[in-house]
Amino acid sequence: MGDSVAETTLPEVDETVQRQDRSEKETLLNAKGLTKRFGDILANDNVDLVINKGEIHALLGENGAGKSTLVKMFYGSLEPDAGEIFWQNQKVTIGNPASARELGIGMVFQHFSLFEALNVVENIALALPNPGKMSDLAKRIETVSRDYGLPLNPDDIVADLPVGIRQRIEIVRCLLQEPQLIIMDEPTSVLTPQEADQLFLTLQRLAAEGCAVLYISHRLEEVKRICHHATILRHGEVVRECDPTLETAASLASMMVGADVASVSAGDTKPDIGETRLALQGLSAGAATPFATALNDISLELKAGEVVAIAGVAGNGQGELFDAISGEMRVAPQMVQLDGKPCGSKNITWRRKQNAAFVPEERLGHGAVPGMKLSDNIVLTRHGTGDRLVGGGFVSNVEAGALEKRIKQAFDVRMSHDDPEARSLSGGNLQKFVVGRELDRKPGVLIVNQPTWGVDAGAAALIRQALIDLARSGSAVLVISQDLDEIFEIADRIAVISRGYLSDPEPAAAMTRERVGLLMAGGAEAQGEVA
Amino acid sequence: MRIELVKRKEHSQTMALLSPVIAVALTALSAAILFSITGHNPFVGLYKFFIEPLTQQWSLEATIDKATPLILIGCGLAICYLSNNWNIGAEGQFVVGALFGCALPILYPDFENVATLPLMLLFGAIGGALWALIPALLKTRFNTNEILTSLMLVYVAGLLLDYLVRGPWRDPDGYNFPESRIFSDAATLPEVFGGAMSLSAPITIVVAVILAIVLAKTLKGFEIRVMGESPRAGSFAGFSAKRLTLFSFALAGALAGLAGTMEVSGALNQLLPSISPGYGFTAIIVAFLGRLNPIGIIIAGFVLALSYIGGEGVQSAMGVSNEIASVIQGLLLFFVLACDTLILYRIRFTSRRIADGEASHV
Repeated sequence: MGDSVAETTLPEVDETVQRQDRSEKETLLNAKGLTKRFGDILANDNVDLVINKGEIHALLGENGAGKSTLVKMFYGSLEPDAGEIFWQNQKVTIGNPASARELGIGMVFQHFSLFEALNVVENIALALPNPGKMSDLAKRIETVSRDYGLPLNPDDIVADLPVGIRQRIEIVRCLLQEPQLIIMDEPTSVLTPQEADQLFLTLQRLAAEGCAVLYISHRLEEVKRICHHATILRHGEVVRECDPTLETAASLASMMVGADVASVSAGDTKPDIGETRLALQGLSAGAATPFATALNDISLELKAGEVVAIAGVAGNGQGELFDAISGEMRVAPQMVQLDGKPCGSKNITWRRKQNAAFVPEERLGHGAVPGMKLSDNIVLTRHGTGDRLVGGGFVSNVEAGALEKRIKQAFDVRMSHDDPEARSLSGGNLQKFVVGRELDRKPGVLIVNQPTWGVDAGAAALIRQALIDLARSGSAVLVISQDLDEIFEIADRIAVISRGYLSDPEPAAAMTRERVGLLMAGGAEAQGEVA
Repeated sequence: MRIELVKRKEHSQTMALLSPVIAVALTALSAAILFSITGHNPFVGLYKFFIEPLTQQWSLEATIDKATPLILIGCGLAICYLSNNWNIGAEGQFVVGALFGCALPILYPDFENVATLPLMLLFGAIGGALWALIPALLKTRFNTNEILTSLMLVYVAGLLLDYLVRGPWRDPDGYNFPESRIFSDAATLPEVFGGAMSLSAPITIVVAVILAIVLAKTLKGFEIRVMGESPRAGSFAGFSAKRLTLFSFALAGALAGLAGTMEVSGALNQLLPSISPGYGFTAIIVAFLGRLNPIGIIIAGFVLALSYIGGEGVQSAMGVSNEIASVIQGLLLFFVLACDTLILYRIRFTSRRIADGEASHV
């Protein structure tokens, strides 16, 4: 990560807090033997966790390891089946989020719960028990947000704000209730490196004031950087506790998955670059809704054999770009070309028949129908591509079932019984299925939006390797991602999207995180306007 | 102690079959309460309403007559509802279909040959489809709410029928009664199985079976189901929501129009100012009670047809107002929709305190 900022400005925080012995500190929250069962699944099995005052405590684990269940019990939205929670040495029962907030526990969610049409102060007032007068609240918001280095203008309409600022609203909303423990669920997944650095400063400042932070993240580098202590969950149990500063990202990852994570390798051989498979020429499209982003004169050539990654902060036109390439949004014919054939006005089935494949960002509800079986979900994207799934208008359940088994095996999709409904799979498993469904076709052009969003380390490594392997076998792969680690791991060339403008792709070897960060923060836009 | 709804991981197949049964049971219970508070013996009432119509041949035949249009319309509506198109105007499509179908024997009474009846049925289907396409086009072109437009067109259709029967299409030899001329034999739907039922009944069963196969086995059926559950995923699959809206409205309208033509050419044999006891609306209940599945709709059609015959039964035998049938139909729809919750949720009784409001948020 672009660590120069934080490390140069806050060396004393890093040095003093992290080296302290944990036992000397005052215990804030002590959970003993927490157990939570959902049907047959033991989501949390006898979990012990101690959080001290002023500690940034990382909670690590793969998807489905039980992290969310655990923090929901702290935040009062789930009740443990067994076990006790002590808050400042008092035994407490946290019956609901309101009583959690009364104790001084706040939570910042991964998915924001903001009303886009309302302004900042209105959104915050909605969440407070006694908001008081709006003008007073606005002043408090300004003061608190400035004090913590998260400046907010109370009158801004949420719809106009980038994701990083929206997260600030959630954090400030939490801070206004003067919490002693803040639970943060994947807070940096939507931030640029620079914005993340800003957040880390705030967290370190909070910790210095004695507030504890329970920090859930998949990004091991940042856990190493800012957390004082880490608890690692696997299959609902605490498997390790450690001081992340003394570990490497690789050792943390292997603790999480319980085995060494296969490192993704792009292969020593230089990619064998071939013909242009996908070309975007002056792709422009107006914003369809007030909350959408317009695409501005985007040009890109994607060649056989390479992985091109498009970095960018969420909401900068990634979804619109994906829709234009897939054909869910139609544009002028010349704007999108597959193997030299203009297809901007063709539908998605036509493009799939041209051997293109697409994996959207949203797994449930876009890439897959939640209430349908996996075999039906295979028909969803492959009914037109000649897999013998459809004959004479009739769908072959036998063929679909056979494909489902093949994909399940090839991509290690784990399920409780054969061919379940899509909604019952965990995020990582469903993503493996959705990606596998397309890779199974060996497409000539693959467009993936956020391939490993919210996916555990093991599944992410498998998916990334599969993408690289596809490119090396002669296909063209376009990856749209917010995860810089992922991008630098797999991309041959990197472009950045910002407010609907795309920067020129540059070889990954010549790119730095700082440069990507600058392009994200508007550099791509300036480049686009000049070009 | 409190009652919670807990979301299931997958749809419950058992509940999908059981929920209509529970709904019927709850409706019967409510009907019993209604009978007792109006001072009647609830057991006699229930017997007269639900059982007696099944014990006599004439009432059984009458039940089949009533069930036929309900099933045919309900099948078309199921296609609409499955694909997320809320066609509430089947009553109007039924009427306009009947008008199109009757135009031939009324305007050309001398056109009598083997082609008469098939042409009438064809015109009827076309008329219903055209009437249904109005709200569909308004929805796809101008994004209007199809619930409102299709419902409003019911009243337009009713007035159109009223005008034609009292005006230009009135029987010239009919002593000014608001009726059309009686149809000739060539324009009358024949009876089958020794007069037990009209030809419309077997036609309806064939249509329902075909639709059941289309829904379960074909790509078109897949498209309909996908679009209803997740339009975004449907467009990712390459299906067009607008085309499907037009298709499902046209199909539902055609089936309602066919039902309308068969009703006037079979049961009524002439056009009257009122040709439907609310079939188009009752069919909405039939569609949902039948789980939007054509085979289920056949069964549900019989249950609802019973309520018409049973309503007349309790009126004549016990002096309970005929309106009880409408009340019971309404209760049934209410319970069906409520019980559907159980397919994706289960009920848990608990003494614990849980914050459900924010549990869903996390």
